[in-house]
Amino acid sequence: MQGTTRSLLHIVARALGAVCAALLIAGGAFAQQPIKIGMSMPQTGSLGAGGKAELVALRMWVDDVNAKGGLLGRKVELIAYDDQTNPALTPGIYTKLLDVDKVDLLFAPYGTVPTAPIMPLVKQRGLLLMGNFSFQVNHTVKHDMWFNNLPAPDAESWFAGFFEQGQKVGAKSIAFLAADQEFAQNLANGAKELAKKAGMQTVYSQNYPPATTDFSSLIRAIRAAKPDMVFVCSYPNDSVAIVRAMNEIGVGDGVKLFGGGMVGLQFTPIMESLGSMLNGIVNYNSYVPGVKYPGIDEFLVRYQKKAAEEKVDPLGFYLPPFGYAMGQMLEQAVNGTKSIDQKKLAEYLHTHTMQTIVGPISYNKDGEWAQPRMLMIQFRGIADKNLDQWRQPGKQVVLYPPAYKTGDAVMPFDKARGK
Amino acid sequence: MGIPVELLFEAVLFGILLGGFYAAVSAGLSVSFGLLDVPHVAHPAIMVFGSYCTWGLVRAGLDPIVAGLLLMPPFFLLGMAVYRFYYETFEKRGAEAGVRGIAFFFGVALIIEVGLILGFGVDQRIVEASYIGKSLSIGGDLRVPLRTLVVFCVAVLITVVLTLYMSKTFTGRAIKAVAQDEPALRLMGVNPVRIKQWAFGIATAIAALGGALLIIIGPVEPAMDRAYIGRTFAVVVLAGLGSMTGTVAAGMILGISESVVLMHPGLGASWAPAVSFALLLLVLGVRPQGLFGR
Repeated sequence: MQGTTRSLLHIVARALGAVCAALLIAGGAFAQQPIKIGMSMPQTGSLGAGGKAELVALRMWVDDVNAKGGLLGRKVELIAYDDQTNPALTPGIYTKLLDVDKVDLLFAPYGTVPTAPIMPLVKQRGLLLMGNFSFQVNHTVKHDMWFNNLPAPDAESWFAGFFEQGQKVGAKSIAFLAADQEFAQNLANGAKELAKKAGMQTVYSQNYPPATTDFSSLIRAIRAAKPDMVFVCSYPNDSVAIVRAMNEIGVGDGVKLFGGGMVGLQFTPIMESLGSMLNGIVNYNSYVPGVKYPGIDEFLVRYQKKAAEEKVDPLGFYLPPFGYAMGQMLEQAVNGTKSIDQKKLAEYLHTHTMQTIVGPISYNKDGEWAQPRMLMIQFRGIADKNLDQWRQPGKQVVLYPPAYKTGDAVMPFDKARGK
Repeated sequence: MGIPVELLFEAVLFGILLGGFYAAVSAGLSVSFGLLDVPHVAHPAIMVFGSYCTWGLVRAGLDPIVAGLLLMPPFFLLGMAVYRFYYETFEKRGAEAGVRGIAFFFGVALIIEVGLILGFGVDQRIVEASYIGKSLSIGGDLRVPLRTLVVFCVAVLITVVLTLYMSKTFTGRAIKAVAQDEPALRLMGVNPVRIKQWAFGIATAIAALGGALLIIIGPVEPAMDRAYIGRTFAVVVLAGLGSMTGTVAAGMILGISESVVLMHPGLGASWAPAVSFALLLLVLGVRPQGLFGR
């Protein structure tokens, strides 16, 4: 009896020991700090609509990674502050992320203007920065740990399609209208070089101040200059006002091509509201329905469900897939190096091709895409007040690059608009 | 490099229409700040709130102008409530009320902005109407955007109605009196606080209509009020505090100068705000009381 009791106690003691050991192991793993990724994101201000939509995609990536067990066995935590699309705020926010929140890795804010002021900071501290739809912010800084998710490293890869269409119909003159801020100026300067190379004469060039209320005067001045092409670089609110003024005042029947670098004409609420006013405009885009990338359709179905709950861009073609891809690239680099050492990650990103939902991405020495894929599209057959039309291929006909081309541009501009 | 006469004429015409819009969005502030001396920096935020309410009513099938008119009564009540709260917590307490009042109204603006973000998201909101995106062809090459013409007409209407109200009605004259000599008004048996409350309600109702005009002119987003704080205060100060006719004239000056600079091929369009505000400084240098101030 005594022997039975003793062996029973022995078994219980062993079982308790095993449970305690298991708890200790689990506790140790649980106690591991998460990998913190920090960023500022425009959640209000002129880029707020795009920023909030992209944040939904980034959080989806965080959830997906954590569902798979995290990175290096640690959970991933995303810390994102609103920079209000205000470049004056971003250096302070990133300093806080690094010195107070002690983040391990950084994503850049969406857009050129909020990103440019943090480039000296990350270079000085030798930090990896995953770029987020910024244009040429590393052009002069030359930070070798910068990796952008924007599918166009320079104006040539961005707008070659626009000028190619113009040359096809013998355009000889061009008008430029650009917002007076860094992003638009960088793009417009690059486009001016392309125009010069194409032998086009600049007959009008004007930079308008931010928060311009009405563009009637500027559009009228463009019409008076009688250009063959009109190249516009604008931010979302301005793009809407310019499209309206263009419809009201007209740019002249000699214009063959209108558009180029208008930000906002990729955002669903704006596209839906402008409707038929968009017809004929040739503009850049990052993704349109009909372009095939592995995994993007499944991503968009999941995104659109979340977007409805969070009241952000309901279709999310423009930025969200590229935000998710930014996370995917970081994930592959961390898993590939089995480390969060910034230098090792940068080396990995420089030397490997990343597989993402926006296709394979490899980088050149400046941290920009080695094989650019910016699309130049033309709006065609757009009806008013119809959200579903944007889900179908053919409403944004891809003119460039050749690998993704779905049609030729209809020119001149009036003909494309059905006038 | 000069500007052809034909283009100059059109620039001035567009400027007059734009000026009408600036006058309309500043008319409410002309009452609250110009007459009542309330540092109402939340005026543009209330206007943006009005834009969002207009957007909601347009989705329900109303015309933006009709929506703006329908919003005036509830905004009138909102304005009366906001003023009462401001009076009880700040104005009644004396000398530092002005400075602290600015903080109060910045707080109101921030609450409205955050409320709009939570309620509507940060996407740009746009309305459609039969007069948006179309123009009126007036012979030759001249085309006038219908939306700016409609906004201009509403601005003129607001000014006429407000001027008549201020000069022909007892309450209107009492509002002007409270701005000039509050103790005298009190001696005549009129409660100045109630008059101010009424006037603030009117200012807020006009801001609601101004919001409808704002969303007709262009897209709105929750933080748009920040772009209009400087402009609306500039119009009211340039006009001469509390002058309705002056508000229209000041709006025109800013509108025309902006439009001409934007269209002029030899001037950088980026200088448009600087030229407008330089004109403001110039006028105030010559007439510190503003164009129509006494």
